[in-house]
Amino acid sequence: MGDVVSEGFIDGAADAARDSLDTPKPLLVVEHAKKSFGAVHALNDVSIELFRGEAHALLGENGAGKSTLVKIFAGVHQPDSGSIFLDGVRVQLSSPAAARDAGVSVIYQEPTLFPDLTVAENIFMGRQPLRSGRRINRSEMTKLTKDAFDRLGVTIDPSRAARGLSVADQQIVEIAKSISFNAQVIIMDEPTAALTEVEVARLFDVVKTLRAQGAAIMYVSHRLSEVFDICQRVTILRDGAFVKTALIGETNIDDVIRSMVGRDVVAAQSAGGGTDGANVLEVERLTREGIFTDISFNVRAGEIVALAGLVGAGRTEVARGIFGIDRIDAGTVKIDGKKLKSGSPVAAMNAGIGFVPEDRRQQGLVMEMAIDRNVALASLRGLSHLGFIRKSSERKMAFDWSARLRLKYGRLSNTVMTLSGGNQQKVVLAKWLAREPRLLIIDEPTRGIDIGTKAEVHRLLTELVKQGVAVLMISSEMPEVLQISDRILVLCEGRLIDEFSREEANETSIMRAATGLARTSAA
Amino acid sequence: MSQHLDEALSGAATANPKTPFILKLVRFREFAILLALVLVFVGTSLKNTSFASTSSIQGLLSGPAVIILIAVGETLVIITRNVDLTVGSVVGLSAYLVGDVYVHYPHTPVLVALLVGIAVGAACGLVTGTIVAYARVPSLAVTLGLLYIIRGLDAVIVNAVQINATSLPAGFIGVGANNFIGIPIMMWIAIIVVAVVGYAMRNFRATREMYAIGSNPEAALLAGIPVQRRIFSAFVVSGALAGLAGALWLAEFATVGSTAGTGYELDAVAAAVVGGVAIFGGSGTILGAALGALFLNTINQALVAGGVSSFWDQAVAGLLLVLAIALDRYLVVRSERILRVEGRDRGRH
Repeated sequence: MGDVVSEGFIDGAADAARDSLDTPKPLLVVEHAKKSFGAVHALNDVSIELFRGEAHALLGENGAGKSTLVKIFAGVHQPDSGSIFLDGVRVQLSSPAAARDAGVSVIYQEPTLFPDLTVAENIFMGRQPLRSGRRINRSEMTKLTKDAFDRLGVTIDPSRAARGLSVADQQIVEIAKSISFNAQVIIMDEPTAALTEVEVARLFDVVKTLRAQGAAIMYVSHRLSEVFDICQRVTILRDGAFVKTALIGETNIDDVIRSMVGRDVVAAQSAGGGTDGANVLEVERLTREGIFTDISFNVRAGEIVALAGLVGAGRTEVARGIFGIDRIDAGTVKIDGKKLKSGSPVAAMNAGIGFVPEDRRQQGLVMEMAIDRNVALASLRGLSHLGFIRKSSERKMAFDWSARLRLKYGRLSNTVMTLSGGNQQKVVLAKWLAREPRLLIIDEPTRGIDIGTKAEVHRLLTELVKQGVAVLMISSEMPEVLQISDRILVLCEGRLIDEFSREEANETSIMRAATGLARTSAA
Repeated sequence: MSQHLDEALSGAATANPKTPFILKLVRFREFAILLALVLVFVGTSLKNTSFASTSSIQGLLSGPAVIILIAVGETLVIITRNVDLTVGSVVGLSAYLVGDVYVHYPHTPVLVALLVGIAVGAACGLVTGTIVAYARVPSLAVTLGLLYIIRGLDAVIVNAVQINATSLPAGFIGVGANNFIGIPIMMWIAIIVVAVVGYAMRNFRATREMYAIGSNPEAALLAGIPVQRRIFSAFVVSGALAGLAGALWLAEFATVGSTAGTGYELDAVAAAVVGGVAIFGGSGTILGAALGALFLNTINQALVAGGVSSFWDQAVAGLLLVLAIALDRYLVVRSERILRVEGRDRGRH
């Protein structure tokens, strides 16, 4: 029942695809698109052509500019320069509605449905079929929904509420929405990230059906094997720039990975940390249902362990689980051999864990508070006397740490808001270092800060481990991971998939593991 | 059973063996309130035989007309994930200004008087709606502020001139006092409003978009819905209905001071929520809100008839409110949990 598509239909699809390859006439073209957010060049001169009947993969590391390109197609962002052509005609995708009217439809990784409304209403919101008096024609709407599902070869009750649909079915509803307004271009952003094998197979059938019906599909995915299964063409971005476009038959996985990574392999520099210290952190079979599963590892005194993986692999979630911010469903966390009470950040702090979160504005700092008070925030108990905080000791501590971290500030009583991003990060570090932690968990330590400060943060971390502190670092920046960590754990879709020592790690091997490919002896 | 199996095999199955009961509870929320209403009525009548008398039933029916009207408007606003706390003050202002019209123009037709009330309310809604929708200030803060501002305005005006039954023509007071086929005329007005708005909420794009906005504001933007315009309209309708309710309030009580309608905003929110309108927006019906108002009023009357102190009336209303919100949260959390566990069972071995 799930595979209503007839064999002949699929053969036709293959023919159509071959035809379009023989006489290339792209349906949607983006030429020389540029997009900046402030000083960050998210996209720099990117061009891509999508053909009818073809699935075109868009690949790149985190931050390569894939999402920005997707949002340009969706009409959410407008390029600063560059042009978009649909069927040879120049178009402006100035809003989500404009993109929809142009026949471009985006299916996001997280489906954007209205949980309280019915499946049929979700599909036709804003353009419901009408009867006399501009009233909504429900029976027609239900019928059209059924038709769309029939074309996809699936069965979902059009009149049930969207709440409670599995992610896979939510995606099917989004796809049905696309075809119900005859979308010619369908962009799928990481559609299989939350799907099981059976659901992925069903999605692939749907993609085949859509291709047979002449749609152009852009397929964004981290799973390379999938891309080689269902796509005909691939475009690779790196650091916001176009790297290359190739027919899938004329390239291979290793070639694609090399293009994605691009840089010369960074030589590992000694962090000076040994790996023979005692275990500080032991994580055993840590599980949070549906987020991460069966994670076991340890961090010894005097070493930096990196958690690598792609966005959404569950790295931050594991850190939050260890620190007790999120409830965990199974498994234990031990600090210095003693079991940590789960679900309690207070217990984690008392056991000697420091946690520097990814989003320092949201979670790490009180932006409106003075620098010295922010530094003291995590150490209040040590500073207080009969329940009152002594301002003088607060000030003294902040002064010490500012000097040690080479913080650039006006006055310690200025608010943190007045500091640069890099110096804000130093304040967060000072806040936790002042507690003299046994284990420091640090999430994206150098995101959005300049190169000079970045080097100082790295120097600080390596100094810390020399003093016997254990560091667990989460980072999406491959050079950073390779440069300063002693061991690298790779997460993929909520599982700890591989572990590399400093010696055996390189960008290619880590990227292979992070995209779910088996480790080869050659790597 | 075999159909379920088919669906499961096709991989497209979404039928969850645990959902039917929950779905039923959600779908028949109106029925549940109606049932509770009947139970309270029958139970009280058995204890106190005079409770079922004609005059008492009339009291049960006419009492909540004002609250029903403002609960209907409040429901629109809550559905868009906002709240309108001005309605009580708008009732007071509208009641006074309609009375003032009669003081100066004693021969004003009843219909015009009602329209004046609606216009006063709509003007208030216009201000609230503009600030909330276009200046993007959270509705809780805006309407709380306007609650006091409108009430203050009302107090200043009322100090100038007193209005009582002698200023009002019999025809107008009749709207509050007279019956048509055994039901008070003002209740007929409420019934018509419930029917019309209830029908509109089901059958037009604009109203369905209000549900969409409350259900998922982010997705509403991505779907190209004019979010600001819809939220604005919800506040204007809410204001207009509160204005109409104010005119009817005057017809019912025939005298108006500066405290008319005080606290009605909370009664309206309570009625809507007890009637199954989700406090976080996106779901609920007009009929449900109206039945919620009727139900809360009937409990009030039943407690009076049972000789229970009026303190208990408020406590019971509060309890029902908390229960209704707890039930809504329970339903949402539960369905999300089922989904999460399902996801794990399906895929991650």
